[in-house]
Amino acid sequence: MTKVTMTVNGKAASGEAEGRTLLSSFLREELGLTGTHVGCDTSQCGACVVHVDGVAVKSCTMLAVEAEGAEVATIEGQAAADGTLNTIQQAFQDHHGLQCGFCTPGMVMSAAALLKDNPKPSEQEVRDYLEGNLCRCTGYHNIVKAIMAASGQDVSAIAAE
Amino acid sequence: MPKDSGIGASPKRREDNRFLTGTGNYTDDINLRGQAYVHFLRSDMAHGRITSIDTSAAAAMPGVVQIFTGADFEGVGGIPCGWQITDKHGEVMQEPAHPVLAQGKVRYVGDAIAAVVAETAEQARDAAEAIELDLEELPAVVDMKAALQEGSAKVHDDLTSNLCYDWGFVEENKPAVEEAFAKAAHVTTLELVNNRLIANPMEPRVAVGDFNRATGDSTLYTTSQNPHVIRLLMGAFVLGIPEHKLRVIAPDVGGGFGTKIFHYAEEAFCTFAAKALNRAVKWTSSRSEAFITDAHGRDHVTTIQLALDGDNNFTALRTDTHANMGAYLSTFAPSVPTWLHGTLMAGNYKTPLIYVNVKAVFTNTVPVDAYRGAGRPEATFQLERVIDKAARELGVDPIALRRQNFITEFPYATPVAVEYDTGDYHATMDKLEEIADLKGFAARRAASEAEGKVRGLGVNCYIEACGIAPSNLVGQLGARAGLYESATVRVNATGGLVVMTGSHSHGQGHETSFPQVIAEMIGIDESMVEIVHGDTANTPMGMGTYGSRSLAVGGSAMVRATEKIIAKAKKIAAHLMEAAEADIELKDGAFSVAGTDKSVAWGDVTLAAYVPHNYPLEDIEPGLEETAFYDPANFTYPSGAYACEVELDPDTGKVSIARFAAADDFGNIVNPMIVDGQVHGGIGQGIGQALLEAAVYDDDGQLLSASYMDYAMPRADDLPFYQVDHSCQTPCTHNPLGVKGCGEAGAIGSPPAVVNAVVDALQSMGREVTHVDMPLSPSRVWQAMQG
Repeated sequence: MTKVTMTVNGKAASGEAEGRTLLSSFLREELGLTGTHVGCDTSQCGACVVHVDGVAVKSCTMLAVEAEGAEVATIEGQAAADGTLNTIQQAFQDHHGLQCGFCTPGMVMSAAALLKDNPKPSEQEVRDYLEGNLCRCTGYHNIVKAIMAASGQDVSAIAAE
Repeated sequence: MPKDSGIGASPKRREDNRFLTGTGNYTDDINLRGQAYVHFLRSDMAHGRITSIDTSAAAAMPGVVQIFTGADFEGVGGIPCGWQITDKHGEVMQEPAHPVLAQGKVRYVGDAIAAVVAETAEQARDAAEAIELDLEELPAVVDMKAALQEGSAKVHDDLTSNLCYDWGFVEENKPAVEEAFAKAAHVTTLELVNNRLIANPMEPRVAVGDFNRATGDSTLYTTSQNPHVIRLLMGAFVLGIPEHKLRVIAPDVGGGFGTKIFHYAEEAFCTFAAKALNRAVKWTSSRSEAFITDAHGRDHVTTIQLALDGDNNFTALRTDTHANMGAYLSTFAPSVPTWLHGTLMAGNYKTPLIYVNVKAVFTNTVPVDAYRGAGRPEATFQLERVIDKAARELGVDPIALRRQNFITEFPYATPVAVEYDTGDYHATMDKLEEIADLKGFAARRAASEAEGKVRGLGVNCYIEACGIAPSNLVGQLGARAGLYESATVRVNATGGLVVMTGSHSHGQGHETSFPQVIAEMIGIDESMVEIVHGDTANTPMGMGTYGSRSLAVGGSAMVRATEKIIAKAKKIAAHLMEAAEADIELKDGAFSVAGTDKSVAWGDVTLAAYVPHNYPLEDIEPGLEETAFYDPANFTYPSGAYACEVELDPDTGKVSIARFAAADDFGNIVNPMIVDGQVHGGIGQGIGQALLEAAVYDDDGQLLSASYMDYAMPRADDLPFYQVDHSCQTPCTHNPLGVKGCGEAGAIGSPPAVVNAVVDALQSMGREVTHVDMPLSPSRVWQAMQG
């Protein structure tokens, strides 16, 4: 076991990890941050997306020890301290961009990374970017709509309701 | 003006706050003090005899607590099946034993042979690899038709064959159906496959068993759509634990789609082992494990024939289906190809004579059971494909042929034993033609052609049957369960309400939509109503959530319980205002006496119920809490019309969905936003079935599509925005809300629209293609283009 120290959501955090411990397991089991979800074992589903030093990564593809000293952001750190949702979270709620909620943390973290690089993405750019995030509930309609709305675009004309 | 609260409004979902901030409580987020972890050693062989298991080396590995094998479960019950089918000869189905851990034989890749419990999940996994196992390979039974051949290997040695049942429906109709076919002016025949699917909720299954030695109580935390059903099945049939000593909790559940209805061996194992070891035992499925242990869906092979007279009226329909059961009977598997499929074969049409034959077959594959729609997508797909084919053979417009044969008078008794209460199929088709802009198709086709693409249009209708009931009828049909739903409404002293429902929300948003109903009935703010679900310890016995039943059945129970609350509250109000009970009116959260200006607030009455100082104690009990069980008189029958436009790339065969429109009739709507979301999700899964998804076994019974690398899940860039409408509303006549259910419609209605569109595109290229089996992969479509 190795002691791993990192900054998570702006606070210093440390815990024990084996060499094989994935960052996703470390966050969930060692730090108790269970908002990061694990939906597959082939790095396909994206439920575990977090930001490491400002870059979106699937935390199931990274070892905890590789994140030594890194700045990690997870879904738990996205809302304001008083619980106010951030723009992307609020857009997901406003546009019913989630149902069961399991893929949602990864979707929100991926959306944040997309909008950082591309503040006004087209529909196709959103869909292409979400290639690595699976959702089984929404048919993606309201997720794409929510992300476009979060970018400040008018989504009122998008296919009926 | 849209309403901003109550029935018909779309308030923001209250459950979103926890899901958007990472503070949901899914089963894998639950860790109990001192818990151990289990890893299952699973068969990598489809069919084999266990000749030896030596666990001694594994037991000596670090951290191992105990290793269990089939021998530890001798004398323990097997996993039960909840529905018994009686075949066309009056014989009951063949029903094999289904042990918690394999005994003697393994019957599919994924069958659990041993369970290693250790201090950590990694130690359990490491030790499982050290188990010395000898399996003698037996011939795998994979193809359903081959499985029924004389001399085929048998999945279960103690059964007479691999045939579970041979069901005829309605058997008495058969001679008349044959006669109608003999007289038909035209007969259209279609052979098709309804591809095997894997539900793939994004949350893999998890079970945590716990035992309290001081009280002797067992608790199971599990990813279930129906915790009460699991408690009854596991307690009564597997482990022999009475309900009052067993609590089942399904907390936040990350999607179900049917595959989390069923009682699984892992749940029984964790509960059993927790008691045996006197410590909590946790199992978390990996996705790879989910592919080979979650019940699969669909997998029907069908021949369907439609007979028409000289005026193109449908005169008879007959179908012949082989339905895969997999290696064991999952909880509701036998009902899916029979009562959830045969009863839907009339669809939206007044075909007078129908005969359905279904042979259910055991194979060395994962058990197959209900997946979103369950039997109804299979029925709809056959029917809507054969009608499309008939229209093309006859050279008539597919929409006109459908309209000509629509049922137009309600109630309508079909020849397949059900009675539709309401519907207006012309209205939904009119709406579809409008929202899909079908008039503009020719211009869009020309525009696609100009870009080197081939455009096709597919249209179809569907009927769904939701809220399967009534219990006494389904009992006659073989259900070993009741199909009511329950609700307890507890009004607190200061006026707030807690509604405890036997249904379960795992994405459907009940915590938001159910309060809309209650708040409107009483005239109070929705924030005063809280929904509790998912825990057998604090909800009344209910059957859970599946089959689009929660609002139609569970919502009705909630309405009935609230009506009892209101009736009692009126008595209290009458006492407080010294008026006659018959004169009391409830409006906007206040009770008044008709024709006077006397009134008392809701909160005054609820407080009086719990602080009964000025209270008619001689007439009524204190307190304000009521329970209702609601057993529906009939199914509900949502219906609709769907249109899909595809673009084919003639160079690669790739199909893109250019437009998709759905006009649904769900009866009354409580929350339009949630209904839209349900339809979107259903369409996404239906397009997934049509274009992408397939669970593929090789001849040895190995699942080839056993990860997200190989099983093509629909992704954001595979799907379009959908045009959805549910303004056509013919309310259900037999439930108090007039609602029908919307959870499965999209998955039922969309696959035939996609395939009809692709066939249309291929025929527009001059190809004599009448059918392509799903999934319509580029290679299949490209092959069809060459023909």
